[in-house]
Amino acid sequence: MNTETENKTKEVAQKTERITGSEAIIRCLIEEGVDILYGYPGGAIMPVYDELYKFRDSIHHVLTRHEQGATHAAQGYARISGRVGVAMATSGPGATNLITGIADAQIDSTPLVCITGQVSSHLLGSDAFQETDIVGISTPVTKWNHQVTKASEIPDVIAKAFYIAKSGRPGPVLIDITKDAQFEEFDFSYKKCTGIRSYSPIPKININTIETAASLINQAKKPMIIWGQGVILGKAEAELKAVIEKTGIPAAWTILGASALPTSHRLNIGMVGMHGNYAPNRLTNECDVLIAIGMRFDDRVTGNLATYAKQAKVIHFEIDPAEVDKNVKSDIAVLGDSKESLAAILPLLNAKSHPEWLQEFKDLYDIEFEKVIKNDLHPTKEGLTMGEVLNEINLQTKGNAAIVSDVGQHQMIACRYADFNISKSNITSGGLGTMGFALPAAIGAKMAAPDREVIAIIGDGGFQMTIQELGTIFQQKTPVKIVVLNNGFLGMVRQWQQLFFDKRYASTEMTNPDFVTIAKGYYLEAKRVKKREELAEAVKEMIASKEPYFLEVCVEKEDNVFPMIPSGASVSDIRLS
Amino acid sequence: MNEEIKTFTISVYTENNIGLLNRISAIFQRRHINIESLTTSQSEIEGVNRFVIVVNITETQARKVVKQIEKQVEAIRAYYHTDDQTIYTESCMFKIKSALLFEEPQIQNIIKDSNSQIVTVNKEFFVLEKSGRRHEIESLRRDLNVFGIMQFVRSGRIAVTKDEMKITEMLLAFNNQ
Ligand SMILES: Cc1ncc(C[n+]2csc(CCOP(=O)(O)OP(=O)(O)O)c2C)c(N)n1
Ligand SMILES: [Mg+2]
Repeated sequence: MNTETENKTKEVAQKTERITGSEAIIRCLIEEGVDILYGYPGGAIMPVYDELYKFRDSIHHVLTRHEQGATHAAQGYARISGRVGVAMATSGPGATNLITGIADAQIDSTPLVCITGQVSSHLLGSDAFQETDIVGISTPVTKWNHQVTKASEIPDVIAKAFYIAKSGRPGPVLIDITKDAQFEEFDFSYKKCTGIRSYSPIPKININTIETAASLINQAKKPMIIWGQGVILGKAEAELKAVIEKTGIPAAWTILGASALPTSHRLNIGMVGMHGNYAPNRLTNECDVLIAIGMRFDDRVTGNLATYAKQAKVIHFEIDPAEVDKNVKSDIAVLGDSKESLAAILPLLNAKSHPEWLQEFKDLYDIEFEKVIKNDLHPTKEGLTMGEVLNEINLQTKGNAAIVSDVGQHQMIACRYADFNISKSNITSGGLGTMGFALPAAIGAKMAAPDREVIAIIGDGGFQMTIQELGTIFQQKTPVKIVVLNNGFLGMVRQWQQLFFDKRYASTEMTNPDFVTIAKGYYLEAKRVKKREELAEAVKEMIASKEPYFLEVCVEKEDNVFPMIPSGASVSDIRLS
Repeated sequence: MNEEIKTFTISVYTENNIGLLNRISAIFQRRHINIESLTTSQSEIEGVNRFVIVVNITETQARKVVKQIEKQVEAIRAYYHTDDQTIYTESCMFKIKSALLFEEPQIQNIIKDSNSQIVTVNKEFFVLEKSGRRHEIESLRRDLNVFGIMQFVRSGRIAVTKDEMKITEMLLAFNNQ
């Protein structure tokens, strides 16, 4: 690869210096503004760790307790801040342990740069100790990856890595660097990458398309917006709000789009998808114009495609041309960056309101409230519900916390009920549904935004997938708040077994350890709540704490999450029980 | 819904990177699309490679696959074309016992009629090379098979398109940005 001619680089006169590849790696990271990175050392990356030691005043390396935790922490860091998360690992098992987090970042468009050590170049292909073809393994789950065998390549490749990770539709990049390249000396200078000729991250806006889209929206009687993470990634929250408020169009969100518009906004009609709200799911099949903004019509959102929004004209605002017409055929595709596109269309839209149409959403909300929400948030039965825990957190944080959820029933409850006033506050594993995500992601989120209240909501199953990161929290004194909603089950799977497998609870019940004792073993403040009367006080104590805090809430064992669109069913067939 | 399956020639202009072949083939593999042939070579532009990939799929699939290929950082542009939008050819080689040239005089006529070239002849064998459309190559193979073929090999399709590709302009536009 000839990065010299291929990359457009800023013409900054830089004096060169003779340094090692491993020092160059750290200097490049500092040049890119990296203040924190997450990782785990080992043989093939030791020269880089040696430099991290020397540069410990300029860049903070966080030792996680597993490389998967490093990637999730880097993801949490990226998701709350919009910056690139960085993870580092040694070759072989260190590198393969990164894969789950990388795959998660790929499907959820999270900007990551992962750096792995590799055996020396003369050993490549010899099945050397801890040699693994990580470039081959990571290819399908990275936006870009590259192996470096010469120190002189390092600055250009790292510059390119950061540029690719964060530009356009973001994603993870992996750079594999052989040990000899880490030791080798070369003349160092650094230039940021500003363009790659084979890569156009942001499609140019076509003003004709914007005009056609505007006139379709202006004529619509029952328009509906569904926005996704593209709004957050494009920093287009203000533009989205302006469009919604001017046009009076009811707007729903995907899980990853949550928090881009405050929960309390009068035109925020809730979440779409499998466990989303009743009204936006049902009315997806009633609207006349469906305006999708920065979302990708995932199957968890659409249900059966053959019966999805067939009556509607579809306008798709999208940065990634490959998403257009991938799952849902659009009538108008508005390619481009969401911020630019929404700003461009705003002046062409008529000021309007849709009181009757909005009333349809309210009526369906009332049904959902009676049948589901009331019982979730204000239960009258004895056992605690996950919903009331979220409700208590809302009350006490006033919707200002960042909620980092794991995967399962508690995740759906968290996404459905958490109040958000601030964007980038719903951090969860959407596309991959990675159990074990939340605890390390919360660490990264809290470190990137120390002034925010960061609360992890985790199931008793997922907690045990990355429980060792309690050690990281203890060592780093990261004041995250950890709430484990313990139902003694792999609840979401148990729910499916109950509904679709005649209650055959195959391997979903867990005999759990004493989580509070474990947390205390890591010297964390920890408490268990079993009764409703104790909940408010415990949440209060947790929020008040300036230290990391662990709260286990024992909830009803066999509660289900509703509404639910059974897989393969139509959004119209969403069930309330 | 039942869209017709056709032969498409997918042309991809790329940077010259070792990992790219993997990325591109994975796009087909994930969607269970069998690659009929894949050829890669230098293109008309210095430093730019060209892939020619032949697949039998629907046009909807072709459109999606091409977008997925273009999405790869090091892919410059990708296109799909039907057979009538391209000029295409394949080439093949036959290794045959030299003795047959004398024992079976029809072979000489077959060679003459088939527009193929003799690349080399020695005491044991001769090598015949031919390029053309698949059916021409197949018909030659059938004709020669009667006498015995020691080795046969056929290349993937190479193709140029009837319409312009405008890659040079694209790259120039980038440089002037
Ligand atoms: C790594 C991983 N393995 C398996 C699954 C499948 N899965 C989805 S939800 C779930 C149950 C989660 O249980 P728990 O963490 O206790 O949360 P709950 O549903 O009980 O709230 C499982 C096993 C997954 N999403 N991720
Ligand atoms: Mg559970």
